[in-house]
Amino acid sequence: MKVEQISIFLENKSGRLAEVAGVLATAGINIRALSLADTTDFGILRLIVNDTEKAQQVLKESGFTVGKTEVIGVEVADKPGGLAAILNVMKENNINVEYMYAFVQKSAGNAIIIFRFDELEKAIDVLQKSGIRIMRGEDIYAL
Amino acid sequence: MIWNEEFETLPREALEALQLKRLKNLVERVTTAVPYYRKKMDEAGVRPADIKSLADLRKLPFTTKEDLRLNYPFGLFAVPFEKVVRIHASSGTTGKPTVVGYTKTDIESWAELMARTLAAGGAHKGDVVHNAYGYGLFTGGLGAHYGAEKLGAAVIPISGGNSKRQIMIMQDFGSTVLLCTPSYALNLADVMKEMQVDPKTLKLRVGLFGAEPWSENMRQEIEARLNIKALDIFGLSEVMGPGVASECIEEQHGLHIFEDFFIPEIIDPETGEPVPHGEEGELVFTTLTKEAFPVIRYRTKDISRLITEPCSCGRTFYRMQRITGRTDDMLIIRGVNVFPSQIEHVLMSIEGVEPHYQIIVDRQASLDVMEVQVEVSEQIFSDEIKVLEKLGKMIEREIKDLLGVSCKVKLVEPKTIQRSEGKAKRVIDNRKL
Repeated sequence: MKVEQISIFLENKSGRLAEVAGVLATAGINIRALSLADTTDFGILRLIVNDTEKAQQVLKESGFTVGKTEVIGVEVADKPGGLAAILNVMKENNINVEYMYAFVQKSAGNAIIIFRFDELEKAIDVLQKSGIRIMRGEDIYAL
Repeated sequence: MIWNEEFETLPREALEALQLKRLKNLVERVTTAVPYYRKKMDEAGVRPADIKSLADLRKLPFTTKEDLRLNYPFGLFAVPFEKVVRIHASSGTTGKPTVVGYTKTDIESWAELMARTLAAGGAHKGDVVHNAYGYGLFTGGLGAHYGAEKLGAAVIPISGGNSKRQIMIMQDFGSTVLLCTPSYALNLADVMKEMQVDPKTLKLRVGLFGAEPWSENMRQEIEARLNIKALDIFGLSEVMGPGVASECIEEQHGLHIFEDFFIPEIIDPETGEPVPHGEEGELVFTTLTKEAFPVIRYRTKDISRLITEPCSCGRTFYRMQRITGRTDDMLIIRGVNVFPSQIEHVLMSIEGVEPHYQIIVDRQASLDVMEVQVEVSEQIFSDEIKVLEKLGKMIEREIKDLLGVSCKVKLVEPKTIQRSEGKAKRVIDNRKL
């Protein structure tokens, strides 16, 4: 039910993002989804990759500060109202979105939204009861 | 102008006789009243009776900030506590400040010293003294205040900050004498320019600047931009506060040390031995008259040299060259003493924060800005921006609480802080004085 996401601390200096991408490329790791949150001084790069363990290991070896977090991937129909339906359920249940990012699946015509909620277990429960499809980690890694 | 003609122009011989008399009395008083000093004297194998000439001063052990720390807060006070009427404090090297005390007589001496300082800068009764040194635990504000009152001038106790209001008051109240840190004087000049206030329309005539190191270049800049004479004054809370030494307006060359109150020495910081006449070294002070908090051979860690040639102003006191550096890593940020060890103390007290940090000091718009770079370890890293930003703000707040000076905390990637020869370079000072 949960998806593993790695996050990397990046100073706002030129070339840092390229370095992360280079390290992952050399290790043969494929990026499935990503988002970059930034402030004036630093950024946090969040990635879902096909091999979390290995990505974490090679990035650490290259001197990056790496964290691992559990997030949820939800599949929604790629049409108006898809996101609103999920967010309404969360609002009704007082669950907050810490952050989220989305990508569209080219084959299935569905969008996948990655969520980080303040209450993970409760969010899973609520989503399931509302009949919203939560994706399995393996499915996302293997996309 | 000389405030106290009798003492400030004493022939050297008479001055030295007075110093010796006061030194003997000091050593006697301190050994009787302060067990810690008595113990240090015993260990050094010296008794009050051994002080027969001024040269015997060298037999006495030094006092350091470490001694002050060990006796926090009142352990080195030399009078019964009910005689203490004032307590000030300055930065310590760790979490605790350095505490100093004054009796009523000490406060009077201090006022005398600051009156002399102001007079040396040409201030007099009738002047409007704009005192922008900080009021509070810092000795600058109140120390200068009492001296200005003793001089008979009208004091505006404006303290630091709020530059626009300061300038409005200068215009409306007709301030003639400015007291603040040299960098704040430049900041005032910047703000005047912004407000389109021409310094020539103000009544300001002279400024006495201290509490932080500055240079001849800065003097020229301040004089040109504020249309005043700029003088260097020196003091430190452990010895008295402002009023230990000051330049005279006649020469503006070297700061006359008020030697009837303090004996200066210049030593080699490595060996503790006196340096050859006129050479640079660490400045050491012995307070001759202080009652509540006397110090014997206090090592300031400031680097200077003594100028013994007579001065055209008529004062017989030796002069010290403006401070050219420090023997330790102390920084002065907006007039506040900051030790890197204090920052380390704050970081160590926050769980997960590694003591890998670097302090970067710069001067922006004439004001010192301090950035503390902290490495983000896995322990404190989060995938949420707000968590990291909260941590940064928390460190900023803790540093501000301890040091009394604000800084910006910048989170940086691990191992980005240079580690040289196993020891990190803690401070990068980009200020051009």
